[in-house]
This record gives sequence, structure tokens and C-alpha cells, in this order.
Amino acid sequence: MTTQDESHSASLPQQAAGAAPTATKRPRVQWFAYLYILPAFLVIGVFHILPVGYAIWISLQSGAVRRFQFTGLDNYIRALNAPEFWSALQTTLFYTLGTVPMTMVLGLGIAYLLFQKIRGRGIYRTIYFMPYIISTVASAIVWAWVFDPRNGLANHALALFGIPAQQWLIEPTGVFKLIGDGLQVSVPSWAEGPSLALVGIMIFAVWQVLGFDVVIFLAGLGNINSELYEAARIDGATGWQLFRYITIPLLAPTTFFILVVSLIFSLQAFNHIYAMNRSAAQQLGGPLGTTRTLSIFMFQALYEQNRAGYASAIAVLLSLMILGLTLVQFRFLGRRSENG
Amino acid sequence: MNRDRLRKQIGTLLIHAVLAAGAALVLFPFVWMLLGSVKSYNEATTAGFIPREWLWSNYLDAVTVMNGSVPCQFDAANPLAILNQCLLLRYFFNTVFVGLFVVLGVLTTSVLAGYAFARLNFPGRNLLFGILLMTLMIPFELTLVPNFVFMTWFSTPESWLATTFGLSKEGLHNWINTYYALIVPFTASVFSIFLFRQFFRGIPNELFDAALLDGATHSQFLWSVVLPLSKPALVTSALLTFLGTWNALMWPLLVTNAPQMRPIQVGLAQFIGEAGTQVQLLMAGATLTVLPIMILYLILQRWFVEGISSAGIRG
Repeated sequence: MTTQDESHSASLPQQAAGAAPTATKRPRVQWFAYLYILPAFLVIGVFHILPVGYAIWISLQSGAVRRFQFTGLDNYIRALNAPEFWSALQTTLFYTLGTVPMTMVLGLGIAYLLFQKIRGRGIYRTIYFMPYIISTVASAIVWAWVFDPRNGLANHALALFGIPAQQWLIEPTGVFKLIGDGLQVSVPSWAEGPSLALVGIMIFAVWQVLGFDVVIFLAGLGNINSELYEAARIDGATGWQLFRYITIPLLAPTTFFILVVSLIFSLQAFNHIYAMNRSAAQQLGGPLGTTRTLSIFMFQALYEQNRAGYASAIAVLLSLMILGLTLVQFRFLGRRSENG
Repeated sequence: MNRDRLRKQIGTLLIHAVLAAGAALVLFPFVWMLLGSVKSYNEATTAGFIPREWLWSNYLDAVTVMNGSVPCQFDAANPLAILNQCLLLRYFFNTVFVGLFVVLGVLTTSVLAGYAFARLNFPGRNLLFGILLMTLMIPFELTLVPNFVFMTWFSTPESWLATTFGLSKEGLHNWINTYYALIVPFTASVFSIFLFRQFFRGIPNELFDAALLDGATHSQFLWSVVLPLSKPALVTSALLTFLGTWNALMWPLLVTNAPQMRPIQVGLAQFIGEAGTQVQLLMAGATLTVLPIMILYLILQRWFVEGISSAGIRG
């Protein structure tokens, strides 16, 4: 790599020294650049680009790895006809709706408070961000213990309010039905909502990811020109008006970025669910499959049932959904790179 | 005026109250874990906050359980043997080993490519960069099955050499249960390339012109001028990459089934089943795996936080 580099640049010094400084700005093809990008393209080509086509090809096969047989669209038809697929999709959407808005609202609130030139801001930021660094499995062990049906803290906390103990991570019943039963209101079956087990995992996930939103919102708040606040304050604006008419609109790009990134990540939810299921001694996706998201569903098809083609078909369907969202993000990232 | 100041002080106090309550909620699970890790089983399973008796031996018990009920033994004559004998240390070693090589790989590939895309002129530059950005749209799930299949196709270099030169009759060994599977697919990151490209673009042209006048080549310029200036980008990329490896779960679950090859996350997930209902051991095991990264975080927290906020991605 070095030899090519040297031989090509050898003529450059004289040129630069002899001619006007603008000579270096004249476009001149530096062929060794291809050697610079080769290692990256090799890895990305083999492990990111090639697999896309191969994934689609595998999704048209039946049988285990290395014993593939072409079956056409069979895997897709099977997936779309499987009730498990639709319930996994529903679970994924529940998970997304339950975690993303909650994390963003809390994240923005905390970031806004931290931004008020508060003393000890650095310490608060360090604390709020800490769960994000800690491994999901280790923190899931603790949270599963908090949600333990017999001795967990969550039930002790409920007892303070006179609410009976719950089964939490092993409870497959929908959370709205549980609330309805508690209030002796009958809830129709379509409105039962996510299982209490999934809600427990969502609480854990919000706790873990919150710090990310806080830190990004803080960075976004830092980009807002402070003179705007001062000018508005001189005009007699109240704190709420400052927040509503300056912070919210000017923070929109940051909010949008967090929203899209969070949506994509929650559609791919796996780690939190895997770790919590395991910590609560449940089968993957349990109880009764109520925490089985699309990622978990795909993983089970591959890992537990050795159905690579079926797993690939599920992955393609999941990817199509994520693709739509990523396109939005890609546009945003492109715009950022032009500015940057 | 006085009333204004009073109002402001009350406001600040309220903000502190809310933030401190939130911080306490965020920290509580860690405190609960630490306290639980030194309680007896009976105490851990009944209410009560501070342990009456601090059972530090729980940590040793957890390590032993993780080891399949065989205690870890240190042999002074052969200190490295402990990595084969003590699973917890082996898990840590695997994670750090894999993490270091992935970081090294990502930094190498991204610095080179980032430099080429930022400062070199070659046909197809924008097109190739566009293709790279497009790969950001490919979700991990889509490439999972093919990459798993690749792992069963590829042969390890050492088994290939041994077979080719007739040194061993064991035959070819694929990448399942090897470090190759945990390292090689992750040695390039579009995100890091993007980060370095942005960073290198900000380096003033005058520096480059001066280096050229001194007769420097691009590789010399990159190595001795650009890299020393790029510490923030290097640290951000390294930390985010390491965090990604540290938290990886689905891929290591798929490609490792031998206990000796597990990274810490998978090892800990396995331990959950082994410890069963022994809560105090579970908490001890979790504490042992959390402490090193927590200490690292507290030392490097400024880099972590600024890295994430400048990069705006999840590790």
C-alpha cells in the first residue's frame, strides 16, 4: 500500500514548490485511494452487501442450512398465514408505542431541566446515562428480581397503594384487562393491550435507554442560540412560553432524529426481551408468546427450529418495514452531512 | 426584585428535587443489586434493605457456580492456565480480546477510507460513498442468516494451512465457535468511516500544503499529522465500537456454543439458568460483570457522553 502511495506522490512536492499554491488544488486522480478504501469495502461487501441478495435467495428455500431446496414464495405465504407472525407484529408495535414516546417525553423533560444552568449538571448527566452503558443481561437480572412475583419490590410498592400482588414477567394477561378486572369493568378482548410481562420489559427498556435521549436532547438544546431566549425574556415571555415557542420548534431536528432512530431500534427489539425472559425463567417470547417480537420470532425460527429459509423470509418482511423508516433517517443524515 | 430572586431560588430547588428523585430511581437498581449480592438467601428473599450480615463469599460462590460447580484455581507455575479453568475470567478475556481486535479493525479500515473520502480525488468517489451510506439502511436482522451460513462455509486460516501442507489430519474447521466469527464481520463500520470523513474534512488545507512542501506523502501526512489531531474522533469511534461489541447478544448466541468461546453477556445469560433461584448469587454474578464497565465509564464518562452526543447513535 505504501509503495504505490509514495510513487504517486513523489512528483507532488516539486510541483507544489515550483508552481503557485493553487497547483495542489487542481483535481488530480490519486489512484492509490482505492487501496485506502479497499479494506473497508472488503468487509462491508462480504458481510453487509452480499448478504442482502443472499438473504432474499435463502428466503426462497426450505430446509436447514446446507440442505436448501427451492420453494419459491412458500416461506412468505407461510409467515403471512401464521397467527404467530401477526401476534409478533402486534407485540412489536405494542413495544414500540410503549417505549418510544415515553422515553422521549421523559428524556426531553430531564434534558430541559438539566439545561437550566443547574449546579451538578455533570453528575446528573453521568447518572442518567449510566444504565445505557451497563450490559442488558446484568441489568435484566436485577429488574427481573424487582418484578419477582413473591418477593419483588414492584409488588411491595403496589401494596403501599393497596393493589394486590401481580405476576409481572410471568403474567400473559393484557394489562388493560388486569386494570379492568381490578376496577370490575369488563374489557373487550381487542382492547386487552400488551401483557403485563411485556409492560414489565418496557419499563426496564425505558429505564435503560432514557440516558441516550437525555444526552442527545442536551446536545440539541446546546445548539439553540441563547440570545433568542434573552430577547423573548425581555419581551416578557414566561418559562412555559419560552419552552413552547422557542425550544420545541428549534429542537425539531433533534426530536425527529431521536424519533426515527428509536423507532428503528424498537422495531428490532431483542436484547431486552431475551434477557428478561431468561431472568424470569420464561421461554423465549413467553409467557404464552406475549413478548415475542418479530426479531425474537425470527431468531427462534433460525436458532430453535433450524429453519433458515423461514427465518430469512421473516427478516425480509421486518426489513421492509424498517427500510421505510430508515429512508427517512437517511435523508436526514444526508442533510446533516451537507451542513457539516 | 427580592421576590424575583426568591421565586428563582424556589424554582431551582424544585428542579433539583425532580432531578434528584429521577437520579435516585435510575440508580436504585444498581444499589439493590450491590446490596442483594452480599445478602444471605433468606435475607435476600425477605423484605429488608441493608444486609444484617455482609456475605462477601457470595462472589466466590457465584464464580464457582458459573464454573459448573468447580472452584477456580490459580496455579502460580502456569498463570495463563486459569483462562481455561475459570469461566468468568475466560468470558471477560473473550470480550476484551474480541473488543480490542474489533476496535483495531474498525479504526484501521475507517481511518483509511475516511481519509480517502475526505481528501483524495478518485473516480467514483461520491458513488462509492453513497453505496456505503446506503448500507446503513440494511437492518442487522436481514444479514443475520446469510452471515451465519458464511460462518459454516469459511475455514479458519490455521486449519486451512495445516490441511494444505499436510501438517494435520483434523481437516478444515469452520468459523463457528471461533474468534474469527466474533471479530471479522465487525471490522468495518460505515458509521465510523462517516465520522472520520467529517473530521478529516475539518483539517485545514494549509497543514496539508505545508506537509507537501516538506516532501511528505499522503501516508506520512495521515500518520504523523492527521492522526495526532484526530484524538476525539478516534476515542469516539473506539468507545462506540467497543460498546457495540460489549452489548452484542444475538450474534454471539448464534455462533458460539462452546463455553470457552462465550463473551460475558452470553456467559451471564447462561449463568442465569445455572444459578436458578439463588437470587444472591445472581446479584453477585451481575455485580462482577457490571463493576469493570462501570469503573471504565466513570473514568471515561466525558468521552462516552460526548461521543454519543456528537455521533448520535446507539452503540
